Amino acid sequence: MTDATQAASAHTSGLLAIWRHTRYVLGENPVTAFSFALFLFFLLCATIGPYVVPFDPLTTNTQSALQPPSLRHFFGTDHLGRDIFSRVVVAARLDLFIAIASVALVFAMGGVAGIAAGFFGGWTDKIVGRISDTIMAFPLFVLAMGIVAALGNTVTNIVIATAVINFPLYARLARSEANVRKEAGFVHAARLAGNSELRILFGHILPNIMPIMMVQISLTMGYAILNAAGLSFIGLGVRPPTPEWGIMVAEGASYIVSGEWWIALFPGLTLMLAVFCFNLLGDGLRDIVDPLRRT
Amino acid sequence: MSDLLDIRDLCVEFETRKGIVRAVEKIDISLKKGETLGIVGESGSGKSVTSYAAMRILDRAGRITSGSIVYSGIDLATAGEAEMRDLRGREMSMIFQNPRAALNPIRQIGRQIEDVLIQHVQATRAEARRRAIAALEQVRIANPEERYNAYPFQLSGGMCQRVVIALALACRPQLLIADEPTTGLDVTTQKAIMDLIVDLTREHGMSTILITHDLGLAAAYCDRVTVMEKGRVVECASSQDIFGSPQHAYTRKLMRATPRPGALLQDLLPEDSPPQSPANAQSTAARSDTPLLRIEGLIKEYPRMSAGGWLEKLRGSNPADEKPFRAVDDVSFDVGRGETVGLVGESGCGKSTTSMMIMRLLDPTQGRILFDGTDLALFPAKEFARNPLRRRIQMVFQDPTESLNPRYTAMRAIADPILQAADRPRRDAVRARCEELAGLVGLPLNLLDRLPHQLSGGQKARVGIARALALNPDLVVLDEPTAALDVSVQAVVLNLLQSLKERLGMSYLFVSHDLHVVRLLCDRVIVMRSGRIVEQGKCEDVLERPASAYTRELIDAIPKRPV
Repeated sequence: MTDATQAASAHTSGLLAIWRHTRYVLGENPVTAFSFALFLFFLLCATIGPYVVPFDPLTTNTQSALQPPSLRHFFGTDHLGRDIFSRVVVAARLDLFIAIASVALVFAMGGVAGIAAGFFGGWTDKIVGRISDTIMAFPLFVLAMGIVAALGNTVTNIVIATAVINFPLYARLARSEANVRKEAGFVHAARLAGNSELRILFGHILPNIMPIMMVQISLTMGYAILNAAGLSFIGLGVRPPTPEWGIMVAEGASYIVSGEWWIALFPGLTLMLAVFCFNLLGDGLRDIVDPLRRT
Repeated sequence: MSDLLDIRDLCVEFETRKGIVRAVEKIDISLKKGETLGIVGESGSGKSVTSYAAMRILDRAGRITSGSIVYSGIDLATAGEAEMRDLRGREMSMIFQNPRAALNPIRQIGRQIEDVLIQHVQATRAEARRRAIAALEQVRIANPEERYNAYPFQLSGGMCQRVVIALALACRPQLLIADEPTTGLDVTTQKAIMDLIVDLTREHGMSTILITHDLGLAAAYCDRVTVMEKGRVVECASSQDIFGSPQHAYTRKLMRATPRPGALLQDLLPEDSPPQSPANAQSTAARSDTPLLRIEGLIKEYPRMSAGGWLEKLRGSNPADEKPFRAVDDVSFDVGRGETVGLVGESGCGKSTTSMMIMRLLDPTQGRILFDGTDLALFPAKEFARNPLRRRIQMVFQDPTESLNPRYTAMRAIADPILQAADRPRRDAVRARCEELAGLVGLPLNLLDRLPHQLSGGQKARVGIARALALNPDLVVLDEPTAALDVSVQAVVLNLLQSLKERLGMSYLFVSHDLHVVRLLCDRVIVMRSGRIVEQGKCEDVLERPASAYTRELIDAIPKRPV
């Protein structure tokens, strides 16, 4: 790097630098750009979708039941004559909400527990480790089913169940990352500066493990959507007639044999795209968030 | 005699985000049969890239754009990968800087040597074991039959480097490239390893390229020395000539910057640098009769890792008479006000443990740390952060990169102690203080908003020093502050530390393994070995007339230039 470019990059304001960097990462890797575009599209569906869809997702119309995809009904209609396209678009809000809320919850719980375990060691580490082990001893989806069944069939409980089954992933990742850094020079330096242990944990170590956590967040986001849809599919969680991708696939499943493939296909396809999008997003996010790759 | 290796007009480029970077630009290097050539340069001079290009092990972003590398008639620059694979190890070998990283951690060392022999069809499976043991014997590893089964983690750094040498020489190559083979090793180990390399290569009539940043080392062990700067060869001459009459300005600058006997601190800086404040390091010592820091009977013990776990303990068969390991064993010394005391020793001698205890990052097992009359050992390390004495003892760390939070700007790093010490400090006051400190350590103000990875090694070192000075400490522990820096940067940083001490009147405890550097900066020196103090006294006395055999051994191990 020449001195001139270095000086130039130092002068550009922070926000501009981030924008430039983002543009660079997107330009470098078209797959990341695609996943970002897809993510924005899903966000758009979730925010303004309910106001622009051509039909009310809940209104039944037996006259036009089970119609194949056409210009009037892009994705066709279901057994009650509801427009599948409208339902798929409206469902984005609920599914994304469940995914984001559960990931936020598990990030707060698992992330904090994990870095505390890695940094303090000893009893904290043992307790967090055993909780993780206990959760991982169950088949995770069955555990989620059990939690929702026990706590009740609500969206809140799906969020909690999804967060709980992802807890070990976050706790272990954060633990190992914090553990590596607890003896780092800058941690000693922070101690000499008079930082308390808690402040070192949150002010110095947490920001350093954020990049790797971002990747994890993006990956679990995909799983969280799948999990929520899976729970709805087997009849736990969101209840009909609320539009939700999992329920719609479940409803359509019985019609596939009789030739009405579109009822299950389109929600399923959207679900797949959403999971795909989040998985791709992970790599791109790491490139943007990690300062060490910002040369 | 024809040249074994002939590099002509070699250019190597790396593709980076900021465009194409030329790492090596049109260099010519030739190596005769049986010759030892030193390539010397500071970081970023392209010395390693050159050797990587010769071995064709550049990473994917780098490529040879022009020039030729002829090795006994074969042009390596255009050779195919299969041909290179055959040459590597059999005809040309390489020793890397970090021996531990170069060995497979989960394979016995003997097996690793066998692998190389079998790979290059130098030995059949039946006789591989015998050959491997012979190779270990050759690098003077005691009990080679026993060591054959050792894993790398069971060996010391010096032993690992011996194994790496055995690996490199197993197939009797013609050319050995040693890339900083002794960086990170102790000075006595360095001497042993370098003597070994020179003896073995002479025995086999091999040619050697020694890549190093240490002019003294190159001078002591090489026939010819090539000096590189920013991807170009600036000078190439025999060792005698290059030290007797260096031609190029850069060579002279490097030579000046290398600490050596008889040189003053000021002598290390380039000739045209402005004179600093009158440097009379010795006169400032001991202004008051009560020392600032008094260490009395300091002991740090670690429990030994016993083979048996909790099960053994449960059975009660764990021998309680097994003594814990003493990293620091009954150490006592003083540091006067305004004095610089050097703490010298090889790795594992307990000097870092001692400094960590003084810094109150570690609790001593026993002993007193009297700082200005208060026994710091009474405060547990965990709670010392909020102690008002905290701000009076600060530290400059060994690795300037590792000791800066990668996500904090230089400004935030320097401000960290200030923000912790004052409640609700005013933003502009903090900024002003940071700028003042940056001015003090000579860090350009426009660099304050950069993240550590955007700064050079010397700039990072300055940030680390500014951070240590932020609270006007009375005692600063310098833990090998220049070990990770190039010699010219080291010269500047050492001078900076000295002038700061004269201006601010602090005391330094200087922890180092480099006796030359200690000589430059310290009033008194303490030599440690296996947790104990071997010798202490005035700097000149200890270095000129060492009383203990160990100190003499340390001094003798420093590479001597040919005169």
